[in-house]
Amino acid sequence: MSDTTIRTAERIELLVADTSEGAQELKRREATGKDELGRELGSVLRIDGLTLDPNSIDFERNDDETMIINMGPSHPSTHGVLRIMLELDGEFVLRSKTVIGYLHTGMEKTGEALSYVQGGTNVTRMDYLSPVINELSYSMAVEKLLGIEVPERATWIRMMMSELNRISSHLVWMATNGMDVGSTSMMIYGLRERELVLAFFEKTAGLRMNLNYVRPGGVAADLPDGWQDDIQVICDTIYARTFEYDTLLTGQPIFRQRMIGVAPISAEEALALGVTGPLLRSTGVAWDLRRTMPYLAYDKVDFDVIVGTYGDNFDRYAIRLNEIRESIRIVRQCLEMMPSGDYRSQDPKVTPPPRARINESMEALIHHFKLFTEGFHVPAGEVYSAVESPRGELGCYIVSDGGPKPYRIHVRAPSFVNLQAVPLLMRGGSVSDTITVISTVDPVMGEVDR
Amino acid sequence: MISLSAAAPTDVITSEAMATDVACFPTTSQYFKLVESFKNDGFEMCVDLCGVDYLEHFERVLPEGVVATRFEVVVNLLSLSKKQRVRIRVQAGNDHAEVDSLFSLYPGTEAMEREAFDFFGILFTGHPELTRILMPEDWEGHPLRKDYGIGKVPVQFKHAPGPR
Repeated sequence: MSDTTIRTAERIELLVADTSEGAQELKRREATGKDELGRELGSVLRIDGLTLDPNSIDFERNDDETMIINMGPSHPSTHGVLRIMLELDGEFVLRSKTVIGYLHTGMEKTGEALSYVQGGTNVTRMDYLSPVINELSYSMAVEKLLGIEVPERATWIRMMMSELNRISSHLVWMATNGMDVGSTSMMIYGLRERELVLAFFEKTAGLRMNLNYVRPGGVAADLPDGWQDDIQVICDTIYARTFEYDTLLTGQPIFRQRMIGVAPISAEEALALGVTGPLLRSTGVAWDLRRTMPYLAYDKVDFDVIVGTYGDNFDRYAIRLNEIRESIRIVRQCLEMMPSGDYRSQDPKVTPPPRARINESMEALIHHFKLFTEGFHVPAGEVYSAVESPRGELGCYIVSDGGPKPYRIHVRAPSFVNLQAVPLLMRGGSVSDTITVISTVDPVMGEVDR
Repeated sequence: MISLSAAAPTDVITSEAMATDVACFPTTSQYFKLVESFKNDGFEMCVDLCGVDYLEHFERVLPEGVVATRFEVVVNLLSLSKKQRVRIRVQAGNDHAEVDSLFSLYPGTEAMEREAFDFFGILFTGHPELTRILMPEDWEGHPLRKDYGIGKVPVQFKHAPGPR
């Protein structure tokens, strides 16, 4: 077969069909519908009455002049197994499409087979960088259905742990973002500081990640002795070091060139796409569920919602860096205002009897056994609870049929929705910009694919 | 409290007694118009869209006048200006579940509708490209349906010992 026949469109289609799973991929322009083509080109806002003609879109090229390539699923900068298909004209991105599902493990289906007691271990593995916040969203949904109150101390412990988790999650983001733009020292520093937080998690919950610490009714264990000193050290160290990051990155000319003005998104586009979290706040929309729809005790602490102006990479970087500082502020207030009392609800329906009672009482033993085998029954109904995770609105929708297991559990994963902004952000940029786009969108594939 | 705007289709059943949030129960024909009226009424964002398969639960609690079907599409809208949420539950159908796509109103529902199609086989008319999103392309069946058994697909482990 001569070179010219290989280059014809039919032959390319055959090649694509031979080596792919088919329709989830980015296809040639002729084979793509006009709405889908518009989406891949990054057009979001629609004007009434305007029909999108694929031939009138700019960057129109013959297929011979462009190239469709895969980035991922195993690319070091894709933060897991994200596959992005790019249509390139030389160095510049014309179209892109994310192909996801490589980490899909059926966690929503698994959730239907686990009791409400076990459910926390499932959801905590979705967004593996912010396990506490996943558990919080799930526990709040279950508590809403049960109609139980959580003791005040448990609320404050939850809030402090969530903020520590937000710090550690943003530190990982700082680290991987540094890695993506070539600042490997940031990688080391970010993970070093995160270690402080994870060590505290281990001391408190027994595990560094996937804690299953926040449970329906309260938290799994009280804070360890001397926790105040640990928190003090964590806050002081990380707060001081955020200024070292400033020195290392914020003013650094190469870093600024990679970040400032790259991949902007407007507020209207972000809202239309349902994008939340730092990505939405970078456009100047001050929407943070902790402030706008307060849960836990966020209305009792003092903190600022950080917003950007231009919606570019640099705004998203600056927001995350400053959110670390704000979270430290909240943790310090938790340290001062931590009330005493129970760390979990005393409602025997959700809380097992204490160890001492099990040793001497048959009923307590039966109760303990039933709680951990059958679990507790939750009244029929459906509920949606949302919290602000480091990546945006993390929602948990639970349908109960009155049994001990959720009838349907759906997690509204912020990364899953935020990924839809990728074609818009990448359009017109160069291949090196795609790396920073993936990085600043900050998808965690565990929760995208669930 | 929720007030439907004048542009909303008439006779939409709403309920504030259900569990925790305000919910609307439009029919499949009212669905798109209702969401459109909410969008024009200041609900800027569609935060979530998911399917539910109520295979054996036709007797579930619903407001009077709503005919329960097997599949339900649940949409959560959010108004940033009013700081309000509203939930829309559409009875999507029994054997053949099909509703309008919200893509032209909220482009962010694209991935969510694909997910609902992938997991439940609910069709969305007007969706730009309704393909599977999380399951592999050649997967058979819709795994989150209640009649789709867990462990239906045999998994072959490497070097697994044979049956004794």
